[in-house]
Amino acid sequence: MDEFLRREIIMDHYQNPRHKKECTDNTYQKANTNNASCIDNLDIYMKTNDNIIEDICFNGEACAISTSSCSIMISNLIGKTIEEAKEYIENFENMVNENKYNEEILKEALAYNEIYKQNNRKNCALLPYVGMKKLISELEKKETKI
Amino acid sequence: MNREDFPMLNQDIIYLDNGATTLKPKMMIDAISDYYSNYGANAHRGDYDISFKVDQAYENTREKVRKFINAKEKEEIIFTSGDTESLNLLVRGFFENIIEPEDEILITQSEHASNVLPWFRLAKKYGCSVNYIPLDDNHYVTMENVKKSITPQTKVIALAEITNVIGDIRPIKEICEFAHKNNIFVVVDAAQSIAHKKTDVQDLDVDFLTFSAHKMCGPTGVGVLYGKRQLMESVEPLNMGGGMNESFDSIQEVILKELPTRLEAGTPNIAGVIGFGASIDYLSKIGMENIQTYEVKLRKYLIDKLLMVPHIDLINIESDSGIVAFNVEGIFSQDVAYYLNKYNICVRAGNHCAKILKKETGVTNTIRVSLYFYNTEEEIDALVELLKDKEKILKEML
Ligand SMILES: Cc1ncc(COP(=O)(O)O)c(C=O)c1O
Repeated sequence: MDEFLRREIIMDHYQNPRHKKECTDNTYQKANTNNASCIDNLDIYMKTNDNIIEDICFNGEACAISTSSCSIMISNLIGKTIEEAKEYIENFENMVNENKYNEEILKEALAYNEIYKQNNRKNCALLPYVGMKKLISELEKKETKI
Repeated sequence: MNREDFPMLNQDIIYLDNGATTLKPKMMIDAISDYYSNYGANAHRGDYDISFKVDQAYENTREKVRKFINAKEKEEIIFTSGDTESLNLLVRGFFENIIEPEDEILITQSEHASNVLPWFRLAKKYGCSVNYIPLDDNHYVTMENVKKSITPQTKVIALAEITNVIGDIRPIKEICEFAHKNNIFVVVDAAQSIAHKKTDVQDLDVDFLTFSAHKMCGPTGVGVLYGKRQLMESVEPLNMGGGMNESFDSIQEVILKELPTRLEAGTPNIAGVIGFGASIDYLSKIGMENIQTYEVKLRKYLIDKLLMVPHIDLINIESDSGIVAFNVEGIFSQDVAYYLNKYNICVRAGNHCAKILKKETGVTNTIRVSLYFYNTEEEIDALVELLKDKEKILKEML
């Protein structure tokens, strides 16, 4: 992805974040994700139905990288099954950590394909994924209990 | 001033995060290196020359601190690992023993976590309450609000002399005078003030004062708890062990040493304390009045420039310290800090450990510039030039 397009995508999702709103609906699960070393602080909400992610939204205060990364992640995950979501998350983490990954499924999230060059911002890009993983593991814990 | 004394300034950086920690002058670094290289023995132990020299150097720093804050006696100075430990030692070693469930602790919403959380724990454990002296429109503590806040239950007022976000100087002397008339203790967190203005504990009449060496050109890992002699006599040690006991036997009869050793169990941070002594010499030589005058002038220079930039929201236009908090309209503070970092400018973004302040200012996060005497007008010009161009910030902040 070229530099210009990368910037366009990130700035677009930062200045007009998708699915960013307050969520008081208690049929959604909630997870907070924040960075110990900085001030990013996001709440992520997810609603699932029979293993399908029906909706996700988020709220909070964070930098351009975290906010845009969250907006893009959510846009890519709505409608997916939990398994697909896990695969997507793994791919994104692989990209950020300079491992092999599948470009195709990441779509706009490819905008972070060079974030590894900025060590202090890697965690910003990954922040929403930490929250998403929390939500999924909570969901799975609940299901095994039933 | 004195830039040549700081090895860190040989790099191409503009360091504007002095509220977090200050840079270190070479003579301080050399003093530590000298200890480790030439007389690196333990303190209070040996019967040989170099150990004697260690004792002297260690105790000399205590005397230097005494003089620096004009304490009456050097036994009133206890070395800790830093301001945070000093406050915790004070709360647990002193206030825990005298607090009653109906008592009240007064702080403010702009205190640093280290002057909030120890009190929260005390309140939780003993049922006393923590209340807040309201801040005025400028987020200042006024005498009027102090007087209004005090109740018959108030046991202690604990506040920073200068806060780390707003940078206002609190009227400590007046507060002490009023508090003492009402039998209230006053604890002053001097972390942000000690290196930026003259401190005279006798003139202020504070009961306790805490600070860290690393914010005053000294090493990390050293701090001070000052307290009036008669109060310090009843501070109980949190750490028991070597060095602080006079004698003990198998039936658990323990006799402790006198102040200050009683409160300094174990091998202390000898190298740090020796380096701290050098940093006090260094600051004293420049003169605290000179430092403050220079800082206030430099701050005004920065404020005047920032006021001319329309997209800068200044949080604290008025303030007598070197701390300036602001935001670039519509841009998250951390992104601005990242952008400045690309030009080797070090500023802090965040809530600066004063998490409850957001209730007062309505702003959760800010960029904080904190100045010191080695900063220059040229550095400020470079900073403001980069902040002037909002398009450039938006373009380069990623
Ligand atoms: C006002 C204030 N109090 C306390 C502290 C804590 O100091 P330390 O981290 O050195 O213990 C700081 C440090 O940022 C501070 O600014």
